[in-house]
Amino acid sequence: MTLNSRIPGGPIERAWQTTKFNMKLVNPANKRKYHVIVVGTGLAGASCAASLGELGYNVTAFCFQDSPRRAHSIAAQGGINAAKNYRNDGDSIYRLFYDTLKGGDFRAREHNVYRLAEVSVNIIDQCVAQGVPFAREYGGTLANRSFGGAQVSRTFYARGQTGQQLLIGAYQALERQVASGQVKMLARTEMVDLIVIDNKARGIVTRNLITGKLEIHMADAVALATGGYGNVFYLSTNAKGSNVTAGWRAHKRGALFSNPCFTQIHPTCIPVSGEYQSKLTLMSESLRNDGRIWVPKNAGDRRSPDQIPEDDRDYYLERMYPSFGNLSPRDISSRAAKRVCDEGRGVGETGLGVYLDFRDSIQRLGENAIRERYGNLFEIYERITGENPYKVPMRIFPAVHYTMGGLWVDYHLMSTIPGLFVLGEANFSDHGANRLGASALMQGLADGYFVAPYTITNYLAETKLEKVSADHAEAKGALENATNLTNRLLSIRGKKTVTQFHRELGKIMWDYCGMARNKQGLEFAIGRIREIREEFWQNVSVPGSGSDLNQQLENAGRVADFIELGELMCLDALDRNESCGGHFREEYQTPEGEAQRDDENYAYVAAWEYKGENAAPVLNKEPLSFEYVKPAQRSYK
Amino acid sequence: MKLTLNVWRQSGPNAPGKMVRYDMPGVNEDMSFLEMLDVLNESLIVKGEEPVTFEHDCREGICGSCGFMINGKAHGGFPKTTVCQLHMRHFKDGEELFIEPWRASAFPLVKDLMVDRSAFDRIIQAGGYISVPTGSAPDGNAIPIPKSNADRAMDAAACIGCGACVASCPNASASLFTAAKVAHLNLLPQGQPEKFDRALRMVTAMNEELFGSCTNMQECEATCPKGISIENIAILNRHFVEASFSERPATAEVGAG
Repeated sequence: MTLNSRIPGGPIERAWQTTKFNMKLVNPANKRKYHVIVVGTGLAGASCAASLGELGYNVTAFCFQDSPRRAHSIAAQGGINAAKNYRNDGDSIYRLFYDTLKGGDFRAREHNVYRLAEVSVNIIDQCVAQGVPFAREYGGTLANRSFGGAQVSRTFYARGQTGQQLLIGAYQALERQVASGQVKMLARTEMVDLIVIDNKARGIVTRNLITGKLEIHMADAVALATGGYGNVFYLSTNAKGSNVTAGWRAHKRGALFSNPCFTQIHPTCIPVSGEYQSKLTLMSESLRNDGRIWVPKNAGDRRSPDQIPEDDRDYYLERMYPSFGNLSPRDISSRAAKRVCDEGRGVGETGLGVYLDFRDSIQRLGENAIRERYGNLFEIYERITGENPYKVPMRIFPAVHYTMGGLWVDYHLMSTIPGLFVLGEANFSDHGANRLGASALMQGLADGYFVAPYTITNYLAETKLEKVSADHAEAKGALENATNLTNRLLSIRGKKTVTQFHRELGKIMWDYCGMARNKQGLEFAIGRIREIREEFWQNVSVPGSGSDLNQQLENAGRVADFIELGELMCLDALDRNESCGGHFREEYQTPEGEAQRDDENYAYVAAWEYKGENAAPVLNKEPLSFEYVKPAQRSYK
Repeated sequence: MKLTLNVWRQSGPNAPGKMVRYDMPGVNEDMSFLEMLDVLNESLIVKGEEPVTFEHDCREGICGSCGFMINGKAHGGFPKTTVCQLHMRHFKDGEELFIEPWRASAFPLVKDLMVDRSAFDRIIQAGGYISVPTGSAPDGNAIPIPKSNADRAMDAAACIGCGACVASCPNASASLFTAAKVAHLNLLPQGQPEKFDRALRMVTAMNEELFGSCTNMQECEATCPKGISIENIAILNRHFVEASFSERPATAEVGAG
């Protein structure tokens, strides 16, 4: 398959402006003749559905939660980047572009990243106008903080609940459109298949999670904003419901899946405490503005932290990366934590943890200043661990947090299936092999407010769309497919629960496709995942029926997809014989233990094509060229 | 530790419900309450029984999905805590717990511990937004907002829409939820143009959804996992009364010029 990324020509600074001007428009009276489906109501989905509704399109939006306000964007804590340069500290669109591309270890498309930086400034304006209560200075202007991978202060925030406030803003805009009748909102409804007619996305099949009813929804275009797939690891910072099903089923219908092995392991999460654990909780990266990360200098030092004198502490990030220190990018900080724990210097009962210590900043700024900045995060920490971080340093450890990979999209955010657009974390486009902190919120809202409304309009205007109805053979076929899948899952009546399979898969993924990977491990993992898959379809126990509310059935379908995705992630990691960003192949490292990229052979986007249940997927490559930022060994020293 | 759970089981909105007793041995004090229910559910599935349906998603106290009564108290009655953030170290070995769904006629029961809170979405639809289409915003710093106002708006905006306020109110009133949104938006300069309309329409929507009225019992504030203050209800009432006096119907003299 040839991949046309539709990157515009001309200087990058003008590229998006020119593209917008060259796009076709739909006149206001004709917009109401089109119907667009938006799946997912996080930052990308809610903002896209609201914006399309405002333009006058008929929109149907879907979410699996009971309300669009629950989408997992809500849990983002730290902030959102924008190149406003309100601090006068040398920020600019170009610098945000540069930082994001470098942070992604030169595995993202330059033009997408530039556009992201360009519209970042509009996002802040839009959100302020919607009433998002960003933190402010006493003079009434917007406040900023710093985040990893940047030397400027460009992160806007609303205490430790930035994602919540941005999502509520987008949710309110969405509900305004629901009230006006322009958007129809179907909550507690899960997408289970994509309907493709004449090689165009023309609708979806959904399952009503209350009644179990499978339904066909036809449309002129479909936008997936269904988030990431971090839950393939079972334990992650994602919400329990976050899943890959919509994206994976679209992949099976022909959408290419890109860079699945690029996953982000966040350095600051609360460590695992027991077998029953159902998820991991993030402690925002913003804490690293004032917290210092350290472990004891000597392996096996079991003294309590207040008994360890300054000389016996190793502030390893400050030592190894003096220019960025505790604010080094996520991939680098996570690996450094793994390394010191591997050396036997980890803290806590399991030895899998490092200290994040606020002692010095409390001395410098006072407890109140720290409480004002991070009060809610300290509360969360104390609630979970029973320890007071104002007195005892936090213990943190890396955990799966975000997935840079996703469905392949071109510059217009359109997948390889015409009419299927993919937004936010669900696509692969902007973060390369590693995402910088506070950039996920930026991308979700950039895609939803300022990119997709233009590109979807252009698609509708330039595409001849035949009238199709739910009676079309392809629609009925997709419905039958979904019915068969439900029946198959319910008929197995095996001995193991869905969660048991999910845990097993997650452990394999974490051990062999997590923070460090190698050829042998990945090959072993692929074999094990195939066995898990085989066993799943013979021995999974899904109680209840398909015709009512059945949370186990919902979860079974999602885990089945995670098992298949897990295999593809390992294949992708095995194919990429280099280290870059979050993808660290132990065979490829510099003498100092940093990621060793191979630009000559691997400066491409891997785009995997589904070929059938038991056939090997085919790798397509989109070469990456760098005209503006020359790839270099990433250094934060 | 070992606990005895009495859990409300009801297969659907119209089916009869009842308390069912479960023995829970081996509860670890570091588990969250929902993780304990996970363990219960896994054991039920293995025994071939239907697991308990309860709503949950982020499990870090921010999405607002989870919530039920523990011993008659919303989210268990611990200060500023949702059930997903409630850890078993707060309970004693041998304790007997009674777990029930939110009970309010505006929150019809769906199954077991799950209720339908879509009435909250409809209250927001009535005016819980600022009408600003994408692309029409001035620069973010164009209108300075005093820090204290921004902070108070943020305090109100912290609401997660879980419904604990309704469940713990003797009148099943949604006043705290509605007031939090009205205060969040009405405290900001951007919210001024629609300030009165918002108060009127959201209160009307709240009444139409069959939520009760506020009689200052303050149970909502005591139980709110985000500590939303009932001061917001005073703001709501003030704007509602002002709006009731000053509201004028939209002029009919519109049309092409």
